[in-house]
Amino acid sequence: MLAYIIRRSILAVITIIAVSILSFIIIQLPPGDYVSSYIAAQQASGNAAAAEAAENMRQLYGMDQPLAIQYFKWVTQMAQGNFGMSMEWGRPVSDVIGDRLWLTVVISLCALIFTWVMALPIGIYSAMHKYSFGDTIFTLIGFIGLAVPSFMLALILMYVGFKFFNASIGGLFSPDFADAPWSIERVWDLIKHLPLPAVVLGLAGTAGTIRIMRANLLDELRKPYVVTARAKGLPYIQAVLRYPVRVALNPFASTVGYELPYIVSGSIIVSLVLSLPTVGPVLLKALVSQDMFLAGTIILLLGVLTVIGTFLSDLLLMWIDPRIRLED
Amino acid sequence: MKDATILEENFPVDEPHEMESAASAAEEKISVATQTQLMWWRFRKHRLAMVGTLVVIAFYLVVLGADFLAYSSPEYSEAFRALMPPQSIQFFDEGQLRPFVYGLKGARDPDTFKKIYTIDTDVKIPIIFFAKGFSYEFLGMQLDRHFIGVPEGNAEESLFILGTDPLGRDLWSRLMYGTRISMTIGLVSVAISLFLGVLLGGISGLFGGKVDLVIQRVIEILRSIPTIPLWMGLAAAIPQDWDVLQVYFTITIIISLIGWTGLARVVRGRFLSLREEDYIMAARFSGASQMRIIFRHMVPAFLSHIIASTTLALPGMILSETSLSFLGLGLRPPAISWGVLLQQAQNIQTVALSPWLMLPAVPVILAILAFNFMGDGLRDAADPYGA
Repeated sequence: MLAYIIRRSILAVITIIAVSILSFIIIQLPPGDYVSSYIAAQQASGNAAAAEAAENMRQLYGMDQPLAIQYFKWVTQMAQGNFGMSMEWGRPVSDVIGDRLWLTVVISLCALIFTWVMALPIGIYSAMHKYSFGDTIFTLIGFIGLAVPSFMLALILMYVGFKFFNASIGGLFSPDFADAPWSIERVWDLIKHLPLPAVVLGLAGTAGTIRIMRANLLDELRKPYVVTARAKGLPYIQAVLRYPVRVALNPFASTVGYELPYIVSGSIIVSLVLSLPTVGPVLLKALVSQDMFLAGTIILLLGVLTVIGTFLSDLLLMWIDPRIRLED
Repeated sequence: MKDATILEENFPVDEPHEMESAASAAEEKISVATQTQLMWWRFRKHRLAMVGTLVVIAFYLVVLGADFLAYSSPEYSEAFRALMPPQSIQFFDEGQLRPFVYGLKGARDPDTFKKIYTIDTDVKIPIIFFAKGFSYEFLGMQLDRHFIGVPEGNAEESLFILGTDPLGRDLWSRLMYGTRISMTIGLVSVAISLFLGVLLGGISGLFGGKVDLVIQRVIEILRSIPTIPLWMGLAAAIPQDWDVLQVYFTITIIISLIGWTGLARVVRGRFLSLREEDYIMAARFSGASQMRIIFRHMVPAFLSHIIASTTLALPGMILSETSLSFLGLGLRPPAISWGVLLQQAQNIQTVALSPWLMLPAVPVILAILAFNFMGDGLRDAADPYGA
């Protein structure tokens, strides 16, 4: 068990290093180094102290040294929470990202929870009533969820909302709360706005998870222990819910690792359509205007948070699956 | 037990007294059938998969014949015909089957300055088949015939069956050309992914040990990174002055950079399970070389599975290109793809006024469904034990 945790945490650390290298490469990709671009932008806007700031930044990021050392210095700065300056906004990157990162996390988690809450009962129902009318309907909905790209779904929902209900359904806050400080009312406002993006993001994953749950449960239902439980007089519902479902649940935890990156990816593009205040729109803007500190930081932080989420799901898997717990 | 069910499902026997002879005839037929025949029989039973296959074939026919199916040059723009709604085709003219569309009159709303179009029932524009239009090259020939068009050969000015975009270009014709790029970009990316996946998955499964461990960890790492932010970062670094072809190939490479991991897993799994099979062992003991074992004995055994997995990987690739182009980071004009077309439907104001701009989503959804059904059918057909 301990070996499993150690193995998983080593892999998580390696993945985080890989993500940081990729982010650094992305920052380096545009022509010219980012400090020069930042200084040029500052001078263009008439900042007199730019030359002095330039020297400080060059020192800080080791611009005249080899790439490996530059990377090391950059990572050290990141680890200390100093994400650099955003060129376009003229403010520290951490200021620009602010709440947006946490809202991205909240939306992704809600989508994940939606996926589970929908997929679990539907998967069980579909397996217990194989080829029934309900099963067919759910399979159909599942296929639609799989085939309609999430940004398309968002667009269609917005169009429907606009055309038939004359309501704007984008955003995460009502206009009154958009820039207000955090309060109970603002949190409540957020909760009221969460379901739509969660459904849009979660639907594709739901379709896949229903299929996995159904297939797994079907495999389990054929096994002799279910027949034994039935023969001993246990009602069908109980015979299913007590034992096979628990075995079939396993993939729920084990697919989080793939589900989470997928949902985070989706949240970027859906946020643009639904104008959600997540990091998505900021990332796109930063990339288009080559504001590389901001873009690199967002890509790095998204990657790191996803890796942490995956790691937690591995621990969850260990907790629910004794086969992993008792491995050695 | 299992064989009997396969037989029955393949060859339904309706007359009970003929059952025995029919069953034995069927058994004979099945025992001499080649692997391909068996797969085809199983695949044919999968009705959704057959429909999916037909749709996929239809899409690739559009890819080949985009020039012929489009009736307007995709770049022909006219500002005063911007955002025209689709014309509905009237099939009957004075009781006879003679398709035509009504002309459209454009005017500006004096209050809002919004362009409004009204149907002009006085003007009838007949639609004819194999009409003359803009000229294009096909297999080295200069052609100017199109599937539909107008008698005067100037469809650019009168025919808009799916409406026009904000620059006054015909959406139907652009959709045909978009299909060509979107469907091929999926193929090219899947080919690159397949190459990488088979190579690395094969090495991983064949050699095992440390090599396997390293490749498996690399795959795990790549899969745990959110792809869209990463793709966005890489795609944003493509220089603005690159031409369409360079961007096209860079995008395919970026997309396949992560796409290969899924295929590599499938290949590795197959190699691992086949390695232990008796017939592979027999070949090894008979002194067959490593190469011969791989290409003569192992590859044929998992080829069908690879084809199925490749088919299932295609929709993801198509979707990736569409998403990136939709964000404005993938292909960019003058290239035309479904994503580029959908980019015009990005904000709700445009969509609310001109909903037909969302139409390019229809082929995206159709293609993804068709590939999924076809891939599911192929996978079932390739599995000799799944009845």
